[in-house]
Amino acid sequence: MTDKSRGKKPAPRRVPVREQDPRQRRLNFEEVSLGYTPEEAVLEAGRCLGCRNRPCVSGCPVGVPIPEFVAAISRGDFASAYETIRNANMLPAVCGRVCPQESQCEGACTLGKKHDALAIGRLERFAADWRMRQRESGPAKPAPRKDVSGGGGRVAVVGSGPSGITCAYELARMGHKVTVFEALHELGGVLFYGIPEFRLPKKIVAAEIETLEEMGVEIRRNAVIGKLHDLEELMEKFDAAFVGTGAGLPRFMGIPGEDLNGVLSANEFLTRTNLMRAYRFPEYDTPIKTGRRVAVIGGGNVAMDSARTALRLGAESVTLVYRRGEEELPARAEEVHHAREEGVLFELCSLPTEITGEDGWANGLKCIRMELCEPDPLDAYEKSSSGLSRPGRKIPKPIEGSGFAIGADTVIVAIGTSANPLLTRSAQGLRLRRGYIEADPAGRTSLEGVFAGGDIVTGSATVISAMGAGRRAARAIHEYIASRKS
Amino acid sequence: MLVAEILEKRLIRPPDVFYYRLHAPLVAAKAKPGQFVIIRIHEKGERIPLSLADINPSEGTISLIVMCVGKTTSELATLQEGERIRDVCGPLGNPTHIENVGRVVLAGGGFGVAPLYPIGRAFRDAGNRVVTIMGARSKGLLIYGKEMESVSHRVAVSTDDGSAGIKGIITDALESELRENGADLVMAVGPAPMMEAVCRKTASFGVRTIVSLNAVMVDGTGMCGGCRVRVAGETKFACMDGPDFDGSLVDWDLLIRRQKMYKAEEKESFEAWKKRHGF
Ligand SMILES: Cc1cc2nc3c(=O)[nH]c(=O)nc-3n(C[C@H](O)[C@H](O)[C@H](O)COP(=O)(O)OP(=O)(O)OC[C@H]3O[C@@H](n4cnc5c(N)ncnc54)[C@H](O)[C@@H]3O)c2cc1C
Ligand SMILES: Cc1cc2nc3c(=O)[nH]c(=O)nc-3n(C[C@H](O)[C@H](O)[C@H](O)COP(=O)(O)OP(=O)(O)OC[C@H]3O[C@@H](n4cnc5c(N)ncnc54)[C@H](O)[C@@H]3O)c2cc1C
Ligand code: SF4
Ligand code: SF4
Ligand code: FES
Repeated sequence: MTDKSRGKKPAPRRVPVREQDPRQRRLNFEEVSLGYTPEEAVLEAGRCLGCRNRPCVSGCPVGVPIPEFVAAISRGDFASAYETIRNANMLPAVCGRVCPQESQCEGACTLGKKHDALAIGRLERFAADWRMRQRESGPAKPAPRKDVSGGGGRVAVVGSGPSGITCAYELARMGHKVTVFEALHELGGVLFYGIPEFRLPKKIVAAEIETLEEMGVEIRRNAVIGKLHDLEELMEKFDAAFVGTGAGLPRFMGIPGEDLNGVLSANEFLTRTNLMRAYRFPEYDTPIKTGRRVAVIGGGNVAMDSARTALRLGAESVTLVYRRGEEELPARAEEVHHAREEGVLFELCSLPTEITGEDGWANGLKCIRMELCEPDPLDAYEKSSSGLSRPGRKIPKPIEGSGFAIGADTVIVAIGTSANPLLTRSAQGLRLRRGYIEADPAGRTSLEGVFAGGDIVTGSATVISAMGAGRRAARAIHEYIASRKS
Repeated sequence: MLVAEILEKRLIRPPDVFYYRLHAPLVAAKAKPGQFVIIRIHEKGERIPLSLADINPSEGTISLIVMCVGKTTSELATLQEGERIRDVCGPLGNPTHIENVGRVVLAGGGFGVAPLYPIGRAFRDAGNRVVTIMGARSKGLLIYGKEMESVSHRVAVSTDDGSAGIKGIITDALESELRENGADLVMAVGPAPMMEAVCRKTASFGVRTIVSLNAVMVDGTGMCGGCRVRVAGETKFACMDGPDFDGSLVDWDLLIRRQKMYKAEEKESFEAWKKRHGF
């Protein structure tokens, strides 16, 4: 960081970003946030203090050199800002848009103590978008790494979500021959089928992924591992395998009425819309149903995405039902804010107890109010030791006699997912824990040469943590292959 | 990308049932009787599940028998030999459990006969006595008779109008087979109401009955939950836990109701397509 800015008083507020008007955008699938102009980006970047202890970098799961790239932006050197980010993060255009920055890089920013934290995500997105505009055909092909020796191994990567593509990218840079196997007909995992167009345009995902093919990574779509090939077969043909199959199995609540027509998982709702482009039905063949009144159960990103998608598909009212309070909403703060602006209604501290119906179709949702209690220390201990749930969160308890009902002809269940057993069922000797693959921080599993990372190890988490896992596994795979060769 | 060329296409039951043989060596190498594929014809197409009507690993081909019932199946029928299907994903679902149980009766209605051909062959090769019962409204609507004969000890036919075999519905022919020869296992594939009727009949004889459930699917990998069915009071995903289930435990009303979920949209899409193509 230049000394010039040190000692200067930073502007307390971040430079606002232009967004589509809520009244307009709730009717279209175009991106909500329009991103910074170069002038705005330079202005915002100028707020950075260039802290020597770099708290923001420790807040980023992949250690993006934030002060450096921000300094480059403030100098107007956007190309080198991009290169700096890209060295640590293969998907800057994606992360700038979807990382929960408030609990990661921005959450740790020194500025945030007194003022607005630096808008690191928006700046990252700016640099990536700027680069993409410079070169129509997508992001630049990264240089092979000269700092590592070895390479020449053959690696199978299963799943093309953020963990898989990051792992493939890192391995390809280290000189390995990589083949990616993806079950669906499009690449990107949740980035493609889950996160909607208005938050993450699919052409951005595609452009980021194109780089993989340019780097010589072979890609096999429609390849379901566990069906088309078993893990065992892959291990005969490859030196190592990385499993990044995500946590894609939708959970249901097990309440009466869940089988009614009009009740669907968020995964189905979002897959029809994003992967199959049902929002352009009948130009695209896959249909989707959105009733007049939609209820969404859940409070995470998936629930927000479903609610906002339902609005765009023409629902008159969309109500989000979540069993905890505002503070506990696990979604990104920006998404909650956007959902509210667009008119999504929130029923917080409410637990659905039954979906009611008529002639086989859903017509309403019965709920009961919840009060939040202090966490039971023993309960929290047990949950955290199982490794899959956050400890210390308040426990909701139903309030007797507080039942109420809301009308809904579509009910979308977004209460989370669990591990998909398609691959693991067919993989003998692969140690699991509640269906998730057991792996150490470097991604090593109980099977030699088989590595895993992302949601299939941790349960549903974030894009950036899946990328971090893919990256660490790539290093471990590189070492593993080298050790076998010597 | 698994693009599959259509090597052979035949109209096997005019006007709307076609046989397709596709070049898909990887799928053919792995597929087992009872499994299915999900195809997508082009960029804007829907993903639709289709059972494997034959699997030929040495030639690297799979066969499908498809009845034109709506937009996608009709559009498929406009493709010619030498043309390509953009996506073929499979094999999906669990293979039919094959073992030597003694006497197996296969009951096929409509396109349901298609998967029964490889299934019948596998049961026969496992040492079973295989009887196939095929039902249709009239003689002209029966398909795959010769193929089924080649894998069965006997083929019994029923037609509603009596133009071939026994006059009556498929459960009549099934009843006389169960009365005369009995069975250790019945496998029924076809429209849901037909499978339900078969299960009701076999229940009265106490014969175990396996059915292949055709729920509406999207991904076929357990990711969307759209294909959920209720079996023995539990929610199952037809694509991942099935498609075969014990028919006596299936909630048929639910399956039939859920199959109709997108009826209005399907009609809209089909009508628009027909108009565009001058049908
Ligand atoms: C709707 C939604 C919104 C989200 N929003 C955010 C957000 O704003 N910010 C954020 O940080 N995180 C968000 N997340 C979470 C984030 O997307 C995930 O944590 C992340 O994508 C996990 O990456 P992954 O690589 O582990 O798996 P996934 O992205 O799930 O990818 C797994 C891939 O593997 C494929 N696959 C599965 N099984 C097989 C098999 N047997 N053979 C071959 N391929 C297989 C799948 O088809 C899929 O493409 C969201 C999630 C959802 C569902
Ligand atoms: C496991 C399985 C195996 C099948 N095998 C065969 C087969 O071998 N031969 C054959 O002709 N048909 C088969 N089907 C049915 C076939 O998938 C449907 O006929 C096809 O999807 C109809 O599409 P469409 O656009 O032409 O008609 P549409 O007008 O869209 O639909 C007509 C009816 O087909 C069913 N259907 C529609 N979309 C789907 C979908 N995505 N998944 C499942 N069912 C749907 C619905 O009940 C619908 O009412 C199978 C279905 C399943 C689930
Ligand atoms: S990758 Fe995510 S956490 Fe890291 S700096 Fe970028 S936006 Fe922040
Ligand atoms: S903590 Fe904030 S102000 Fe300090 S260097 Fe990082 S981004 Fe800049
Ligand atoms: S088709 Fe999506 S889970 Fe079965």
